[in-house]
Amino acid sequence: MLMLMIRAYFRTSIQKRSFFALAIHYVLDLVWALVFIFNLVHGVMIYVHPILTTVIQRLGLGLLTLFVVSIIIFSSLEFLPGDFGQAVLGQAALPETVEAFRRELGLDKPPIERYISWVGNVISGDLGTSFSGRNSSGVDRSRDVWELIQPRLANTLFLASMTAIIAVPLALALGITAALYRNSIYDRVVNSATLTTISFPEFFVAYILILVFSTYFKVFPSLANISDTTPFLEKIYRSSLPALTLTLVIVAHMMRMTRAAIINLLASPYIEMAQLKGASKAKIILHHALPNAWAPIVNVIAFNLAYLVVGVVVVEVVFVYPGLGQLMVDAVSSRDIPVVQGCALIFAGTYILLNLFADVISIITNPRLLHPR
Amino acid sequence: MNTNDVLLTMRDVRIDGFSDDRWHQIIKGVDITLKRGEILGLIGESGAGKSTLGLAAMGFARPGCKFTGGSIEFDGIDLLQLTNAELRNLHGSRIAYVAQSAAASFNPAHRLINQTIEATVSHGIADQTSAKQDAVQLYTDLQLPDPDTIGERYPHQVSGGQLQRVMTAMAMSSRPDLIIFDEPTTALDVTTQVEVLTAMRAIVEKYNTAAIYITHDLAVVAQMADSIKVLRYGETVEDAPTRDMMSDPKQAYTQSLWAVRSIEKSPQPQVDNILKISHVDASYGKSVKVLNDVNIKVPRGQTIAIVGESGSGKSTTARAITGLLPPLTGDIIFNGQTLPAALKNRTKSELQSIQMIYQMADTAMNPRHTVRDIIGRPLNFYLGLTGQAQDKKVMELLHLIELDESFLDRYPSELSGGQKQRICIARALAAEPELIICDEVTSALDQIVQEGILKLLLRLQEELGITYIFITHDIATVRAIADQVVVMFQGKVVEQGDKQEIFHPPYPAYTELLLSSVPEMDPDWLTQLQEKRAG
Repeated sequence: MLMLMIRAYFRTSIQKRSFFALAIHYVLDLVWALVFIFNLVHGVMIYVHPILTTVIQRLGLGLLTLFVVSIIIFSSLEFLPGDFGQAVLGQAALPETVEAFRRELGLDKPPIERYISWVGNVISGDLGTSFSGRNSSGVDRSRDVWELIQPRLANTLFLASMTAIIAVPLALALGITAALYRNSIYDRVVNSATLTTISFPEFFVAYILILVFSTYFKVFPSLANISDTTPFLEKIYRSSLPALTLTLVIVAHMMRMTRAAIINLLASPYIEMAQLKGASKAKIILHHALPNAWAPIVNVIAFNLAYLVVGVVVVEVVFVYPGLGQLMVDAVSSRDIPVVQGCALIFAGTYILLNLFADVISIITNPRLLHPR
Repeated sequence: MNTNDVLLTMRDVRIDGFSDDRWHQIIKGVDITLKRGEILGLIGESGAGKSTLGLAAMGFARPGCKFTGGSIEFDGIDLLQLTNAELRNLHGSRIAYVAQSAAASFNPAHRLINQTIEATVSHGIADQTSAKQDAVQLYTDLQLPDPDTIGERYPHQVSGGQLQRVMTAMAMSSRPDLIIFDEPTTALDVTTQVEVLTAMRAIVEKYNTAAIYITHDLAVVAQMADSIKVLRYGETVEDAPTRDMMSDPKQAYTQSLWAVRSIEKSPQPQVDNILKISHVDASYGKSVKVLNDVNIKVPRGQTIAIVGESGSGKSTTARAITGLLPPLTGDIIFNGQTLPAALKNRTKSELQSIQMIYQMADTAMNPRHTVRDIIGRPLNFYLGLTGQAQDKKVMELLHLIELDESFLDRYPSELSGGQKQRICIARALAAEPELIICDEVTSALDQIVQEGILKLLLRLQEELGITYIFITHDIATVRAIADQVVVMFQGKVVEQGDKQEIFHPPYPAYTELLLSSVPEMDPDWLTQLQEKRAG
């Protein structure tokens, strides 16, 4: 990666070199401004409730992260060999044609200018227009990036929520019961079963499920090609196998963390105290251990939910599910920068929001942070 | 009910514990008879089996322990024959437990009042409302501040002494017949300990509750117990009513427990000051000052003891001297020269001449280094010794701390607590320092081991002329070994002077409070102190 960057740097024109200087300047200025604002806000917030402080801090840092992510994505696409013009028109295209096409897309302008105008548009709520289907092919069929992303995002969120609704309660229940009956046969079966499913690649799990549930027993469809017009229940039915696949993939991680976080606390003096107060096993786990174990559990849940949004492209491909992952992969291969940037922002935003959510839960469940002395 | 009838009878109780891949006998046949309303003191060193025996009185064995013999009869019920569910019905209703570390034994996730009444409500002894009312009454009895509202707080929002009293209220909530107190005041400062002891004693008297009081502190048990049982290696050494035991111990071991505080140190001639701490302020981060205009003079070749309760700035002073925490203002003057404030700016010889020994010898040594490595490191770093010469010097040091060559290749985990602390002393000596700062070096040790370490330190001082700064909260240790005493309170030096001067009236108010709070062997001490403070 570094080699690639250095090589690309030396191949770039003087124009591009100034792009770096300018970009670094621009980034530093913005970082300083953000740090200043952050400190200012932090200074005020220290007197306000810790939850509010955290939320505001994280949202501020989140914006900074989004900004850095957009720079990384933009520059890495810049370093890739070829551009959208070449990718679409192919090797046989005349240089003039490519040049004209690039002018139409604005690719002839220096990268820094393109980036700044893109950032400006995003801040005003406009993700830009896709590169594909532009004028030079005769008719302008190009589409707004948001228009492209929106239905895909809805599908992705639908599949993620459906999986989460199954997987999270299942993982918690398995984790808590495994901790309750630890070292029993039940515990071992649950542990090894979830470990097995996590050990297989997800496409393999997907194909096994297709084999069992759509070939041998024709219970669920193997294609999950849903659209806006598909009725809700039909959507659920068609998404069953992808949701089941993802459930098998993420349950192990969450379940094992739940079990470990609870068992970790069982050696605490306050657990012994609860025993000596005559509390039952179930009460000790649920009332005394679990409330203190939420922070690590919720963090792992947030991590897995983020994975459900941003990391499921393989499962989407297997089940031909029209999700955001496929859209982004297609856009990267055709160098359709506005679409890639749009998807990247959504993915980064998902991570930021879910981590924020996990932090807020951690604070709410920890009286030391919720009720400072 | 007749107050003379027997509540608890333990006959020939035997318990095994699992460690190092095999079962060891922890309790080797101990008998206990406890009448209603009576308090039995269990005393002994760590590892004597006190806690195990205390929990056994509840029919409970910790994970890794098992009952192997004997019988435990509580009010006519054989606890060892009960099912887990039957035992749970007794726990928290008729038998209650007060643990050593209140801070760790309260669940951080729940409010105090809910934890106080948890067992009472879940056993169906009282409903939520009346149990809460009763808890407030108990908080009042235990002289907790704001008894109406303190229960709404979380454990981290109250102090250690208050938590310990809330835990007593928790045990008392179901009006049990028997309470096991497991070292309830060991983690507290002396000034707090007095308040907690007074409150606990009053409440068990008020409700005529029987109790087993476990401690390693003789003076404390003398205030609390009607009779005392001395344990050693899981066996009873001696059994007697408190007054008889205090005035006339029969066994040699019991007598040795009494004799511990008998080290005497003759006054040293006054010489020049090796170290001067001048107008030092220090703080952690931007928070309030932990040290506030501290001035201390340390005479060469003497022992200066810094005393005070936790949070008084004793250890912070040590960190400022060593440069671990550079002071905000003020100077550290060593041998007439001002030392650079920060550790990283000091020269090797400046570092070499001030060494430190810590409270927790376990955590102050790398568990993967042998004794040879641990002592050899400063020899190599400061004196440049290697190979044979280094080994020879390590041997000399081992002999100096009264250990032999068989210890050379042992790891810290293969040493006892006292041996670990000796190795730490040898490591400090290896640098051939002029000044050693001892930060609570004997607090984690048993009385008898403590005495050995203190005697060793005194001998080394006589032979090598080393100066000690001895940080401690234990007044008995100070009386034994100090030449000079510095009393600290809330980051300030309250008083500094010769030991004789400090320990003789008139005292400043805080010194008076501190000194009068140190428990004495006299069983009437607490009662008299209460009367004196009330009047």
